[in-house]
Parts: sequence; structure tokens; C-alpha cells
Amino acid sequence: METLIVNVLLTLMMLAVVVLARTRNLFAVIVLSGLYSFLMATAMVALDAVDVAMTEAAVGAGISTVLLLGALHLCRSEEAKPAHKPWLPLAVTASAGLLLVYGTWDLPAFSDPEAPIHKHVAPRYLADGPRETGVPNVVTAVLASYRGFDTLGETTVVFTAGAGIIALLRRRRRTTADKEAP
Amino acid sequence: MTRDMVLRVVAKLLIPFILLFALYVQFHGDFGPGGGFQAGVILAAAMVFYAIVFGLDNARKVLPDRLVETMVAAGVLLYLGVGVAGPLLGGNFLDYFVLAADPVAGQHRGIFWIELGVAITVCGVMLKVYYLFAGRGPEDD
Repeated sequence: METLIVNVLLTLMMLAVVVLARTRNLFAVIVLSGLYSFLMATAMVALDAVDVAMTEAAVGAGISTVLLLGALHLCRSEEAKPAHKPWLPLAVTASAGLLLVYGTWDLPAFSDPEAPIHKHVAPRYLADGPRETGVPNVVTAVLASYRGFDTLGETTVVFTAGAGIIALLRRRRRTTADKEAP
Repeated sequence: MTRDMVLRVVAKLLIPFILLFALYVQFHGDFGPGGGFQAGVILAAAMVFYAIVFGLDNARKVLPDRLVETMVAAGVLLYLGVGVAGPLLGGNFLDYFVLAADPVAGQHRGIFWIELGVAITVCGVMLKVYYLFAGRGPEDD
């Protein structure tokens, strides 16, 4: 049943992407990408990754859509016709995609408990995590305690991205103010 | 600011629950799904919703730019502060065991504060990006 739900969701996502690529109206594109994110979030719920689903629904479908709509407000709502035929980029993308699919043949089967990634440190986290950290949610224990350095790095990345955007968009406003000043 | 009565009433009804859910995701992250990142994003989404329905200026009154910018840096600093508290108390960097007399209680305390730091930074960045995008008109180029 779960496989069926996930497969239906993935098919819908594929459909959404095809329509997305063919649509020229940017408003429709933004709404479709929000729809794609919601489908993704639902697939994540079906795969029992509720944390990721929450993030995807809030960031991917919520805030990104709002930001893209804000960007659409600043430009024309129809995508311009491409200047040349997209055959070469299409060929490069298709061959890269095929290579990636070829690469997945060597991966262990989906949710295989014998996969190497489940044999390394995961058993120790599962066995000792609740006792060592006193946190019943192993995801939080790994994220915040065992992998505290990684999470610090992630937070720093978010901070850096925010600082970069502030620097970029603010300077622009000041130059217009400078232009008007003299 | 929208004049649509339905949107305004629905927003007023929903936003308290979104905020409460964000707090739940933040502080219940030890026991159920969730954590700092999710809580920060949900909090920011609630504020963006408020800003869309009631206007950017009203949102800026609730959370001024200066406060949002402070949040961006304060979260990382809080996280680093918890990390530095380890060596100061005789442990390693990001060592939570020394934060309390009982090692497990120390872990709990450390995780609580760093999750709070993550939430503050994520919420600040998301809101700041929204403020910057929404504050620009087509004539600003």
C-alpha cells in the first residue's frame, strides 16, 4: 500500500515537472512548483520522514512560493521564447540523468536493513542514544548531540546565506538612494 | 494589505495556531518529530502569512528589521556559546555532558539551547529574505 501511494505521488510529481517545463506563464510555473513541493512533502510523510516533510511544506511550498511570487512582481509574467533550440542542453541533461540511473544500480535496495549505512554507527545511536542523551527521539539526539558539529555548520550556512542576501539587496537600495541624493 | 474580509478573518484565526504549532515543534522536538529548523521555518511562515494579509508595514511593526537582523546572528552566537561553554566548564567544544551535574541532564540542556539557536537563526534569515524581497518595487532597479 505504501509503495502504491509513493509511486502515485512520484508519478504526479513527474507530471508536474513535465507541465512545468512546458509552461510559459510564470505565475502558473510558480504555482506548479508549489504543488510539486506539496507532493514531495506528502511523499516524505508516506516514507515516515515527518521532519523533512514539515520542512519541505514550509520552505518549499510556503516561503519559496511567496518569494518567487515576490520576484514575479518585479518582472514580466511571460517567459521569453528561447533564442536557440535546446537540443544540446537536453542531450547533456539526459545523458547525465542516464548516468545517475546507471549509478543507482549499485546502490543497496530501498530500505534494505543490511545496507552498509545501517551497519556503521546507526546501531550504536539506536542502542545507546536514549541512555546517553536522555532524548527519546533519536533523530534529535543524532542531529543535536552526536552530530552537533554538522548542525553548527548547517546553521552557519543558513547565517551566511542570509548575510549574503542582506549584503546584495541592501547595497542596491543604497545606490538608488545615492543616485537621487545629488 | 488585503481588504478581503474572509482572508483577514481566516488569517486571524489561523496565525495563533501556527505560532503554537511552531512552539510545539520546537519544544517537543526531543520526543516527537521536529526541532529547531522546522520550528524556525514554521514561525517565519506564520509571519510571512501575516505580512501578506496585513501588509509589510504592519509586519515590520510586529518584528522590526533591526530585531530580525539581530536574530540572524544571535542564533549562531547562541549555538557557539553553548559550544564554548564546554571548554570553559572543563570539557570539549560542544560537549554537553559538562553543562549540568548529571551528564544526561547536561545533554538535555545542551540540545535545548542549540535547537533554540537554530530556530532563531532560521526564522531570522527567512523573514529577512522575505522583507528584502517584498520591500522592493519594480521601480527600485
